[in-house]
Amino acid sequence: MLDAVLNALILNAGYNAALVGLGAALLGLAAGCTGAFVTLRRRALTSDAMAHATLPGIAVAFLLMAAAGGDGRNLAGLMIGAGLSAVLGLAWLDSLSRTRLPEDAAIGATLASFYGAGIVLMTVIQNLALGRPAGLDSVLLGSTAGMLRGDAITLAIGAALTLGLLLLLRRPLIMTAFDPGHARLMGVNTDLTDRALLLLTLACVLLGLHVVGLILIVALLIIPALAARLWSDRMETVALLAGAIGAVAGYLGAALSVALPDLPTGPAIVLITFTAFALSALIAPRKGILAQTVARARLRRAAISGRR
Amino acid sequence: MGSEFVPLTLPPLVIATLAALACAAPGNFLLLRRQALLGDAISHVVLPGLVAAFLLTGSAAPPVMLAGALAAAALSALMIEAIRRTTSADPGAAMGATFTTMFAAGVLLLELSGASATHLDVEHALYGSLEALIWIDATDWSSLLDPAALAGLPPELPQLALICAAVLGLIAALWRPLVIATFDEGFAATQGIPVRLLSAALTGLTALAAVAAFSAVGSILTIAMLVCPPATARLMTDSLPRQMGLSLLIAATAAVLGTLAAGYLPLLMGLPFAVSAAGSIAALSGLFLALAAAFGPRRLPLSRAA
Repeated sequence: MLDAVLNALILNAGYNAALVGLGAALLGLAAGCTGAFVTLRRRALTSDAMAHATLPGIAVAFLLMAAAGGDGRNLAGLMIGAGLSAVLGLAWLDSLSRTRLPEDAAIGATLASFYGAGIVLMTVIQNLALGRPAGLDSVLLGSTAGMLRGDAITLAIGAALTLGLLLLLRRPLIMTAFDPGHARLMGVNTDLTDRALLLLTLACVLLGLHVVGLILIVALLIIPALAARLWSDRMETVALLAGAIGAVAGYLGAALSVALPDLPTGPAIVLITFTAFALSALIAPRKGILAQTVARARLRRAAISGRR
Repeated sequence: MGSEFVPLTLPPLVIATLAALACAAPGNFLLLRRQALLGDAISHVVLPGLVAAFLLTGSAAPPVMLAGALAAAALSALMIEAIRRTTSADPGAAMGATFTTMFAAGVLLLELSGASATHLDVEHALYGSLEALIWIDATDWSSLLDPAALAGLPPELPQLALICAAVLGLIAALWRPLVIATFDEGFAATQGIPVRLLSAALTGLTALAAVAAFSAVGSILTIAMLVCPPATARLMTDSLPRQMGLSLLIAATAAVLGTLAAGYLPLLMGLPFAVSAAGSIAALSGLFLALAAAFGPRRLPLSRAA
């Protein structure tokens, strides 16, 4: 077992395992970088609602493709369905936010009703026994089995586009997140910037569907960013660091789940990401728990000896 | 509706209704306190608690499960607080990081330990398994009066009835202080109301309802019932007692209609199967909310209400 894990880690477990590892690493990179901006703009739970809202679209796309006689699990088709349904979910979330309901209730309601509708459709698919139902279940919790070369290339292109857009938009994104009022004064179109951020988030969600799954993808957006914030206060550094953490976690998680087929990919990646966060919280300079404890002890000693 | 209604449809129907009522009631206060996602978080973290309790004790008895779930809920409350302190992140991000991690841990524990021997499995956590709660001993309506058949009711039914009664009873008993503390915490404190204790009690009640509902009907229904019926009622009325009453009515309606639609609508359309009842109840409650958001008499925010 240990051999299998080691081999997977050093890209030695075969062509497919290497492909999966690299694909997951690219996903982690894109999601980590994007997530740094998402958490800064306090949109973490909006992205969770968006991810859950993809389910009905995925199921409908599957049914349509299967009815047309094609392969229901075609990734591009599923992603189009997922994207349309997420946009619908966001539109509904937006219209609910215009009522007197607080934003968190609007998020919870969107998440629950879209996911509920998705589950109804998923049980239709299971009962019709179109194709292998197991193939579609992977969009919930992720899977590395059955990732094809085309899927990895899709991941690579998607991640590159996302990162390119982030690089281009980083100034308005940062200004909008820190102080929307000031950003507007400086001529930044904050509405458009927020929409662009939602679009980037959606891209990460769609790319993550098969690897991490829609239930846990939000973890790959939030947790690397929280970890990176412990190491730096500079936004660019935080974003790059979050991307690096996401990439390593994606790679390790995917490699582990290739080596241990019982291990679901999404949960493995999320737990590794959280481990990175926990370590950062412990040892990060200045903000880490250890550093804080030392600083407090020093302050106390200084206070007792009266030197300030 | 033939003779299979009582053994196959009635128990899920009643269980779904009880779960919906138990969740919708505390949901009203969570909504006004802007803690609507607390239930979402709790119903995700319940999973590792249930699995760990089962693995540690080897028992799936309700008290063990409840203890495990409450322990997990308490642990995640500590985690959320610790993450907020160390990273100065907003509550949403801290919550999202915590419940995804806990849920991931629960799924891994389940998959790797083979604890799926109990009624718990990943499928159950993701889809809910309302339709598995059937009453084999029942033959028809007369079984409702037959003690021997009643003994064979799914154990989830009496459990949920008990918890639903407890939740509703406690909310009724604490009504006045809860209302005052929800609308004006500072004023409540000056009146000698223990606001922090009350807030903890509300969290505890929510956890109790969420845990009981999760074991019986899965997480999606729990989340939907905690948020959607109270939100729908909030768009209809300004009075909290009326909002509470309406939300319970809406929750029960969604549960009954949703279960029936999931069981019979596909058959009427000529499809030889039933679909997920939990999913259809959640979707239906969303539909009710959409209607209220479009036509509800109190849908606009105060600033824009004429």
